[in-house]
Amino acid sequence: MLNLLGKRLLQLIPTLFFVSVIIFSLQQLLPGDPALIMAGEERDPAVIEQIRKQYHLDRSIPVQYFYWVRGLLSGNLGESMRIHVPVLDLILQKLPVTVQLASMAMLIAVAIGITAGVVSAVKKNTVWDYAANAFALWGISTPNFWLGIMLIFLFSVKLGWLPASGYVPLSEDWRGSLASTIMPAFVLGNAIAAILMRHTRSAMLQVLESDYVRTARAKGLFERTVILKHAMRNALTPVITLGALEFGTLLSGAVLTEQIFTIPGFGKLIIDAVFNRDYAVVQGVVLVTATIYIVLNLLADIAYVLVNPRLRS
Amino acid sequence: MVDIVVNTKLIRASEEVETPLRRAIRRLFYRKSAVFGLAVVAFFIALAVFAPLLTPYDPTAQSWTLVRNEPSVSHWFGTDDLGRDILSRVIFGARASLMAGVISVGIALSIGLPLGLAAGYLGGLLDSLIGRITDAMLACPFLILAIALAAFLGPSLGNAMIAIGVSATPIFVRLTRGQVLAVKMEDYVEAARAVGNPRWRIVFIHILPNIMPALLVQATLSIAAAIIAEAALSFLGLGQQPPAPSWGSMLNSAQRFLVNAPWMAVWPGLAIFLTVLSFNLVGDGLRDALDPRESGRG
Repeated sequence: MLNLLGKRLLQLIPTLFFVSVIIFSLQQLLPGDPALIMAGEERDPAVIEQIRKQYHLDRSIPVQYFYWVRGLLSGNLGESMRIHVPVLDLILQKLPVTVQLASMAMLIAVAIGITAGVVSAVKKNTVWDYAANAFALWGISTPNFWLGIMLIFLFSVKLGWLPASGYVPLSEDWRGSLASTIMPAFVLGNAIAAILMRHTRSAMLQVLESDYVRTARAKGLFERTVILKHAMRNALTPVITLGALEFGTLLSGAVLTEQIFTIPGFGKLIIDAVFNRDYAVVQGVVLVTATIYIVLNLLADIAYVLVNPRLRS
Repeated sequence: MVDIVVNTKLIRASEEVETPLRRAIRRLFYRKSAVFGLAVVAFFIALAVFAPLLTPYDPTAQSWTLVRNEPSVSHWFGTDDLGRDILSRVIFGARASLMAGVISVGIALSIGLPLGLAAGYLGGLLDSLIGRITDAMLACPFLILAIALAAFLGPSLGNAMIAIGVSATPIFVRLTRGQVLAVKMEDYVEAARAVGNPRWRIVFIHILPNIMPALLVQATLSIAAAIIAEAALSFLGLGQQPPAPSWGSMLNSAQRFLVNAPWMAVWPGLAIFLTVLSFNLVGDGLRDALDPRESGRG
């Protein structure tokens, strides 16, 4: 187990190195003089010169990369050009909002996706199975920004049940917070639910045909016990670890969802930064997202080994 | 005499053996959902190609007397906030979406396929290097990487396609590599190697045709994802620029007029949904049709 963990940790080093190279390279895509573009409206040569010095743009690219990575390793992700706040502070300020949204979305996705997947497998080739498959196809094919707009039209404009936009922190008013995040969380969770449903269905179908399930049935156990205690326990292990890997999809989705529902989270931060040409923030957000994804990937691997006795030895 | 008749029948039977391609096409057309998907895809391709002939109005023509008119006989899908005909814009929008879907996946394939082939066939240090770069790219969520790339390249449909294509590349590298690893151990590849075929010939003549089915399925499903990604980038203002029509940017302006003109949001969204659904149906159908384990009917 420790050996496996050590190997996985060692593999992370080159991956993190290349992540840093990719994100650093983004800056090289800027057409023309990066200092001039970073300065935006500002045309004062002294300011442009200061940017050039601050980001070591007057040095060679490998040296620029070295300074950038040195900064990262000491927790310095750069500074927002527009509001002159450290990028890390900005991200840490916005992250809890997105974490709340993503957690709610994951709960919704697990509740809908796993239930639909289990029902679909158990009732294979019935109307339930067709309905669950249709739901999965709908979930995968619906652009979440369109679903968000349509839900706002229905629940906010027509029925007036939920606020169309804005965010209330959980610590301020939990009911208000729930009301402001339930629609975006459903929009975010919808696509993940569809993916989880498909994986749960195929895992359950495989398990339901296995010998130990047949034995459990032959012993005369109730069908409910066979499904809940014997089949689901084994079928859901890979599905749950897959859920952790869907975090990337959640963060991608959050960018659009937060934009539609005007939620001041991580996703809105990157979009605002893109339009303000705040490139250090864009780089910082991509870097933090990738790092979170890599860590979750590692945790999912460890969890998979922990719950699977065959891999533990 | 009897013997001769039997032999003739045998010879005819062997001549009528179905090729894998024909079997796949027959299986694909047996699936109603895939046929529906193909029909809708063909419909949208026709709309995109013949857009100038089909549209009742100029998609960029503004009219202050027609601002936010609801659907009527003269404007079937209604008009938008600048008095432009929504039906004409939806039809022209198909061009941007389909082009973005196909070109982005073309970019992803043209980078991912050679890298995957090289990694899978040559192995060693090159494989490790390509593998780690792929891992790093996959660690950056697809849309976030595409947004970041589009932001640094500058907002335009061309740059959005490059951004989506580059972001989708690691999926093709990984898939190609995996497929090559599985195929290169097959007896016929070993035989090709044993008779002294050069490496390029083994890769392009013996391996590539055998990994095409998996790539075709992935490419179809990736077109669906790329269409959503293009619509998302255009929705955010990083794709097709106004006044050129695109389904994503139409949804962006529709959002501001949801109370007074909800039809502005319905049609472009429905167009994205239908196109993406159809590509997904075709992709699922292809996967089943090309899977040799799938005994299925047909």
